[in-house]
Amino acid sequence: MPEFEPVLSKYFREPNAWTLAHYRSRGGYYGYETARKAISSMEPKAIIEDVKKSNLRGRGGAGFPAGMKWSFLPENGKPRYLAVNADESEPGTFKDREIMAKDPHGLIEAMMIACWAIQCKHAYIFIRGEFVREAKRMQAAIDECYREGILGDDVLGLGKFKLDITVITGAGAYICGEETGLLSAAEGQRAYPKIKPPFPAVEGYFRQPTIINNVETIACVLHIVARGWEWFKKIGPESGPGPKLFCISGHVKKPGLYEAPLGTTLRQLIYDYAGGPIGEIKGIIPGGSSMPIMTVDQIDTPADFDSIRAAGSFLGSAGLIVFNKDTCIVNALLNLARFYHHESCGQCTPCREGLGWLEKLCHRLEFGHGKEGDVDLMNEVSVMIKGRTICFLADSLIMPVQSYIQKFREEFEYHIKHKRCMTGTKAGEFAQVEELAGAGR
Amino acid sequence: MSTTTTNTTLRPETLKGIAALTKRFPQPEGALLTSLRIAEREVGFINAHVCEQVAGAIGMPPAKVWGMVSFYTTFRKETDGKNVVWVCATLPCALRGAEGVYDYLSKKLGVNKDETTPDNLFTLKKAECLGSCGTAPCMQVNDDYYEGLTFEKIDEILADLKAGKSPARHVTQ
Repeated sequence: MPEFEPVLSKYFREPNAWTLAHYRSRGGYYGYETARKAISSMEPKAIIEDVKKSNLRGRGGAGFPAGMKWSFLPENGKPRYLAVNADESEPGTFKDREIMAKDPHGLIEAMMIACWAIQCKHAYIFIRGEFVREAKRMQAAIDECYREGILGDDVLGLGKFKLDITVITGAGAYICGEETGLLSAAEGQRAYPKIKPPFPAVEGYFRQPTIINNVETIACVLHIVARGWEWFKKIGPESGPGPKLFCISGHVKKPGLYEAPLGTTLRQLIYDYAGGPIGEIKGIIPGGSSMPIMTVDQIDTPADFDSIRAAGSFLGSAGLIVFNKDTCIVNALLNLARFYHHESCGQCTPCREGLGWLEKLCHRLEFGHGKEGDVDLMNEVSVMIKGRTICFLADSLIMPVQSYIQKFREEFEYHIKHKRCMTGTKAGEFAQVEELAGAGR
Repeated sequence: MSTTTTNTTLRPETLKGIAALTKRFPQPEGALLTSLRIAEREVGFINAHVCEQVAGAIGMPPAKVWGMVSFYTTFRKETDGKNVVWVCATLPCALRGAEGVYDYLSKKLGVNKDETTPDNLFTLKKAECLGSCGTAPCMQVNDDYYEGLTFEKIDEILADLKAGKSPARHVTQ
């Protein structure tokens, strides 16, 4: 394992790490000391410049440069908002919930610095409804901050600015993770994504300029400001550096959350961190379930934005899902097709109808009713859907569909010809490995 | 359907609280999701009457509130049992035996998806990714997550819930 000091997850395992008392007892730049320093001695624009120079890229999925996003805010005197996206719902991703549950004060301090930088007076954090524990911890931490004068009309008693933070909890819809869907939900509507442009930075929350960042992206800001952009840029590849929380799930011996520098190879992540695969690896999804699958010959690819992209996939939210050889690829795709069809908001016809069509096709293949030409039909349907919708949800199924067919076409054809799985599993079921039971501990 | 009737009238102070909450948002509608959660906690579920009152407190059309509620999956329904069991069924959990967990629960409780046990104690549901892939398989019962599930663990959790106790030692802390 390369030498690397975790920063995002450093205190996750300590008891009561979520309390203000613990946060203050850490010493160093914690305990709202970095925010105090930044707000009292740094110009807002200087912080934006530092974040730009750090090359921090969004951790939510798109990998967009965070500093650049911040600089899109228009100078028009309108109130600005920060919306922190904590609607973590991409299958294979489970990092933001740990930040909120174990280090809420670290996140709040980072939000304060971000709000000072973009001159925002009210930040919202949108937490998916299922995360009750996380929402309670965030709210408790925010309440502590109000009591201690850290948040409120005079942030940290510095006489510089006013900041409120409000938690909004969702109610179970994947599409709330899409930034404009999130805004709709936070505006008291169905979580319908909106057509861009205008981009949220120009016209977002209730049509005011709004920055939407993922929890982990914001959390990085604290460390960038405390340790300097030069430090951050040196971790991993310069074009997209930094510490990263990797979520490793599926057929590995020690699934879980691991912090490693961007640019750590998939092999290192799977073998050195996650204890190696259970069985022989068949495929690796590098960035949450919507990303194209990679095959075992690509295992030495560094897990960073540009290398994974060059290898034909995306780092996305860094949720690695490992399939072993016993996994039926058609069944895996059926599971995802069901998921994305279920989560379609229904606004755009290609998504609403098309994803259902793809789910039906997967279903009939998996259960032995596939017809000659179905695989080509799936490809054709995919082409008709891709890029023809308001948001990215439909494409999130199209990428698996196209890549699974491209890389494992023989399994789809086998299903049509033999009416059963090539891996010998029962229709609709995955192979059960002895080691799996309770292995999640 | 539940045989007993529940009082679905929100307390006046709850409505006042919701009206106050709207001030934290650029426009009152921003408070809707949070207000519905507050109302759900008090009544135990969301129905048309609850929507109407929340709509009144915020100042928006009841139909819009109902339209919003019907879009989301996790608001508790009037027909839900005391404990709503959500079993994650999405791919990362499925790879680690979620179907087995679901089948086991279905058999043990004697109900299928979206059904409630006759004693009104349990409603079984399938969830889409709960974000617990590293500790799969998992389920959520009411507010709490139970992760790294085994059949033994499930037995203990259900036994505690049946006895009206909290299976606290198995809850993700």
